[in-house]
Amino acid sequence: MWRRHKKCRTLACPVRSDGAVPLSDLGVGEEGEVVCLSGGRGMLCRMASLGFTPGAEVTMVQNLGHGPLIVRVRGARIALGRGEAQQVCVRRRSA
Amino acid sequence: MNSTNPQLPAPTERTVLVALAGQPNVGKSTVFNLLTGLNQHVGNWPGKTVERKEGQFSYNGTTYRLVDLPGTYSLTANSAEEVIAREFIIREQPNVVVAMVDAAILERSLYLLAEMVTLPAPLIVALNMIDVARQEGIEIEPEVLQAALGVPVVPMVATRNVGIRELLETIDGVVNGRIPCTPKAPQIRADHQKVLDEIKTLIDGCVPPPYPPDWVALKLLEGDEEVTRMMRQCLSEAQWQAVQHVLRAHDDALVAVAGGRYEWIGRMIRAAVTHPRPGQIGLTERLDRWATHPAWGLLILAGILGLTFLLTYALGAPLQTLLDRAVVGALADAVRAALAGAPAWLAGLLADGVIGGAGAMLTFVPILVIFFAVLGILEDVGYLSRAAYVMDGVMHLMGLHGRSFLPLFLGFGCNVPAVLGTRVIDSRRARLLTILLAPLVPCTARMTVIAFLAPAFFGRAATLVSWGLILLALLILALAGALINRLLFKGQRAAFIMELPLYHIPNGRTIGLLVWQRTISFLVKALTVILPVSVVVWALATLPGGGTEQSYLAQLGRWLEPVGRLMGLDWRLVVALLTSFIAKENSIATLGVLFGAGDETGLAATLAATYPAATGLAFLVVQMLFVPCVATVAAVRQETRSWGWTAFSVGFLLFVSLSAGTAAYWLARLGGIA
Repeated sequence: MWRRHKKCRTLACPVRSDGAVPLSDLGVGEEGEVVCLSGGRGMLCRMASLGFTPGAEVTMVQNLGHGPLIVRVRGARIALGRGEAQQVCVRRRSA
Repeated sequence: MNSTNPQLPAPTERTVLVALAGQPNVGKSTVFNLLTGLNQHVGNWPGKTVERKEGQFSYNGTTYRLVDLPGTYSLTANSAEEVIAREFIIREQPNVVVAMVDAAILERSLYLLAEMVTLPAPLIVALNMIDVARQEGIEIEPEVLQAALGVPVVPMVATRNVGIRELLETIDGVVNGRIPCTPKAPQIRADHQKVLDEIKTLIDGCVPPPYPPDWVALKLLEGDEEVTRMMRQCLSEAQWQAVQHVLRAHDDALVAVAGGRYEWIGRMIRAAVTHPRPGQIGLTERLDRWATHPAWGLLILAGILGLTFLLTYALGAPLQTLLDRAVVGALADAVRAALAGAPAWLAGLLADGVIGGAGAMLTFVPILVIFFAVLGILEDVGYLSRAAYVMDGVMHLMGLHGRSFLPLFLGFGCNVPAVLGTRVIDSRRARLLTILLAPLVPCTARMTVIAFLAPAFFGRAATLVSWGLILLALLILALAGALINRLLFKGQRAAFIMELPLYHIPNGRTIGLLVWQRTISFLVKALTVILPVSVVVWALATLPGGGTEQSYLAQLGRWLEPVGRLMGLDWRLVVALLTSFIAKENSIATLGVLFGAGDETGLAATLAATYPAATGLAFLVVQMLFVPCVATVAAVRQETRSWGWTAFSVGFLLFVSLSAGTAAYWLARLGGIA
């Protein structure tokens, strides 16, 4: 559990500065670019294999403000829990 | 060596080993079924609860052995499936690996290929679902992709049999060296190239064959647990320390490696994909507006589940009755008639022990087929993950996530497919919890008992009591889930990430084969597990002679009567519970024998006259929550691969059912239901 509170594994991440927000903050239709991911190694591997790596473009498809959400990343639609989405840092893409 | 040695057999056609790999939902099973037909064998990978499918086919006079590797998103050591897939490619060294890729989500889909090109096996890319890609506004030029990858690319629409012939020709060409295969492997992101070289130098000459040294270096950098463990044993202490020193300084390398793969993919996509029209609203998106909607989504799911029940009761139940009378009953009668001259025990053993026990399972086949077919269709269409998504919130309450919902739902048909169905859950912990909870879902066999006994004890209130019992079972399931999760798993919840695949039209052949295989494997298990147990119980109920009342089983029931008394049960009801271990509906048959009732109506009247309503209620509660039947216990053992957890499951349910039964009895008495 402690990993969740540790801000970020990647050194290059400008955590919560420079306009970076958790993925779960994106509203429906909003686009963003992944800045960094936090979590255990296994989690990072899974996220990467599903398309979440720094630089990946994401579009929020469904976000009700609670519960799981749906994101489009690298052409695929991925459902993920809110907790998991909070571990992905994205920079909002200005429309 | 003399090649014309007459003692050697003539050169037979050689067998070529082909592996089929790909991410989940890419249409692997469709291609596998197209190539092998019924000439396939389904089992488990040794020591794992991961399905292993293998089949054979011939083409151009060559026999091919086709192995279906588990569907995985990557080849890390994160799951049993991934380890199986990569160990197979490295150790078994297939002559060719067919990597299936989804053209509609090419970018994500190529990730697995980016991992596979670093392994030594020759590759063929099967570019499936080009029709769906076109619908979504994506045009791919296979020749350009082929040139960019350095690997033959075969465009396909497997569901419509398009491209299968070309795939066979390409396999033949690669195996015979006519078609070159020189994959251009992805490079690590530039800022990590030096580190990778450093590790390569450090482990040089120490990597055990057949593992490719470059791949091992990359996996070390990624922090792969299996490879790290392997290399720790192969390296000297000093070498290990040196490697560790480098790795510690670059613990972000995982992201660099993955990033490098996507850069490589990006280059392929830019070259081969024309007219990409991102943002176009496809069919999947339009359907998902309904299917994943918080309100409509639940309604759609409820509709599908309702329809399944309707089908089960309108079609499955009558068929079950028919099978019971026309096949099982008739067979037992025929055996009795044929053995009229033989000793009575022999006829009893065959008719009641063997046919009675195994026949009970046989009658479940129609219901199982319906449930397997519904599951197969939902899976093939791509709806399964949507159901998981909309149920995630509810499943949270019991420490599970959405993926556990459908296996549990299957339990309403029969608990065995529910336990087997937990294989769709990716985390071991969530899977174990679902297996432990599955027997609490009231299956059709238990509902049969309730449907018979509730009217006997409660007359008009029977419907109310039945619904109350179902709600009670589900409430206890939710509470048990929350409790086990908190106490045994310390409240940790597995990560919830899954793909929502594009919808496609279900393939009848794929679903048919799936239902066939699952039904057969259920029957095999039923016969091997249930037959011996049912014979033993029959023997206990018959020996040492002098009728059921004097049997060992009755003696056991009398001995256990003090426990039964807590719930107002006498020895006969205890015996009925004991025999329900073979199959839940046995309790009715047992009571029929013990009361010597002629038919079911007679039995209902006798029971109502013998027992007070409080006892009836307690019996129904215990029956609802009791130890699962032997087939379910066998499935739990098989899927958990642990006698400890199997014993826990049985003990836990025994405790829950007896406590709930006692509580129901005394509450009913206090409440004045005499």
